[in-house]
Amino acid sequence: MLKDWRAAITGAADTAVGELPGSSCMGLHAEAALLALADAGLRPGQIDGVLCAYSLTEPHPMLASVFCEYLGIRPSYSAAIQAGGATGCVMAMQAQALVEAGLCRHVLVVAADNRLTGMTRDRAVAALADFGHPQFERPYGVTIPALYALVAQAYMHEYGATREHLAAMAVAARTHALRHPKAQMRRPIAIADVLASRPIAEPLCLLDCCLISDGGAALVVSARDAARDAPKPPAALLGSGQKNTHEHIIAAPSLTAFGCRESAAQAFGRAGVRPADIDVAEVYDSFTITLLVELESIGFFEKGEAGPAALAGALDLGGRLPCNTHGGLLSYAHSGAAGGLFHLVEAVRQLRGEAEARQVRGAELAFVHGDGGILSAHCSLVLGRG
Amino acid sequence: MSELQARPLPVPNADTAPFWDGCARGELVLQSCRQCGTAQFPPRSLCARCHAPAPAWRRASGRGRIASFTRVHRPPSAAFKAGLPYVIALVDLDEGPRIMLALRGKAAEAPRIGDRVKVGFDPPAGPHGIALPHALTEGP
Ligand SMILES: [Zn+2]
Repeated sequence: MLKDWRAAITGAADTAVGELPGSSCMGLHAEAALLALADAGLRPGQIDGVLCAYSLTEPHPMLASVFCEYLGIRPSYSAAIQAGGATGCVMAMQAQALVEAGLCRHVLVVAADNRLTGMTRDRAVAALADFGHPQFERPYGVTIPALYALVAQAYMHEYGATREHLAAMAVAARTHALRHPKAQMRRPIAIADVLASRPIAEPLCLLDCCLISDGGAALVVSARDAARDAPKPPAALLGSGQKNTHEHIIAAPSLTAFGCRESAAQAFGRAGVRPADIDVAEVYDSFTITLLVELESIGFFEKGEAGPAALAGALDLGGRLPCNTHGGLLSYAHSGAAGGLFHLVEAVRQLRGEAEARQVRGAELAFVHGDGGILSAHCSLVLGRG
Repeated sequence: MSELQARPLPVPNADTAPFWDGCARGELVLQSCRQCGTAQFPPRSLCARCHAPAPAWRRASGRGRIASFTRVHRPPSAAFKAGLPYVIALVDLDEGPRIMLALRGKAAEAPRIGDRVKVGFDPPAGPHGIALPHALTEGP
């Protein structure tokens, strides 16, 4: 029996993903938004709240206003949210709060970027290095992979995780992606391929790292009474939580324990469920180490267990915890804040039974997690079939 | 593309200038709270533990232990290509704070978590005369 809920996702959609020549950042926003509105059976004028994120290719200090002007809508509430990879989940949590507070009836959550074709790969890598501390990290030539590699090295040292355990995360993601007709990566890979791929920042190699993609995604979050008219079953927002412990890795309280534990505990507590109750998990996977740390910190696996379990198929369909069933950031697509929304869109499709070849049978409870910075900002959501 | 060619050297501000002045003299200095005694890094206008204002600057031992490291093969920009691959480490200083440093010389050959290192300094560079600290194997 689902706990009493007051907000639900009534519309969820994403654009094509991957290399989309001729796309623009705002064009992808608008396309994703209209798809999500159609999914929710709404017209643009029925939206009274809009939440946007950020863009690397068309940066602007007021992205929500830029988007509303582009689409030609004038909602009574709008704001842009920036929490790195946690942004998608933070936007959904904020939309939940807005409808639960009675401030909005239908909130449109939308993010997109064309960072594959809209900027050079060198510029994308350079822009992402801005996450490092300008005085005490960036001068040493850090990249986001290098910052996560520091976590990986410490985690492997403390808990005995191996490169094969990390690689198992990438292989699980690719296995799922092969069942998704829209996924960017279509070629099967094995553990040996991950280990033999080009080193980026040891111990992380190319196939330990997320993709760079064009694409957009959007959700409509509606109040319960407003969700009654939705054409498809709503995905109820049962519980949400956050925890931020630092921004820069030099200031992280630990290199092996992160805020995902507390953010997930909050979300599970508010939803009144336990990790073992979850049927399908969509968990932020910017790098293989990101997913490994989160799976163990959130409580899906004991410390040191996620790697061996993944090697044995635990994250696949039919496994103990089908995870990132669309292929995740590692094999589906990663286009900025939309990357985290892809996880949410997939969770909704699983709960509606729309996931076709990758459907988790009878999925009733989904868990979604986003991580921003270097495991700095965390947001967790528990969704249920409404 | 000029910003992709130039090394991103620190631009000191009111919080950090004493740190970079110390590096230029060949001294590693850290903030220490006048109220609770906590040593902290990075520098701030207050103590992040008890929020007392204006921490004092003290010379640090410049010695510590590797908490983690990575050998970087894909740099953030062309400015770092000449040094590839290079090793970045997080070092737990004996005074407590954790700092990021480049490992140099023998320390960069086969680093291990827990290795003892000592701080050295690059020659001053750029308009602000920044002498970036680095880490070397701790001698006898
Ligand atoms: Zn203090």
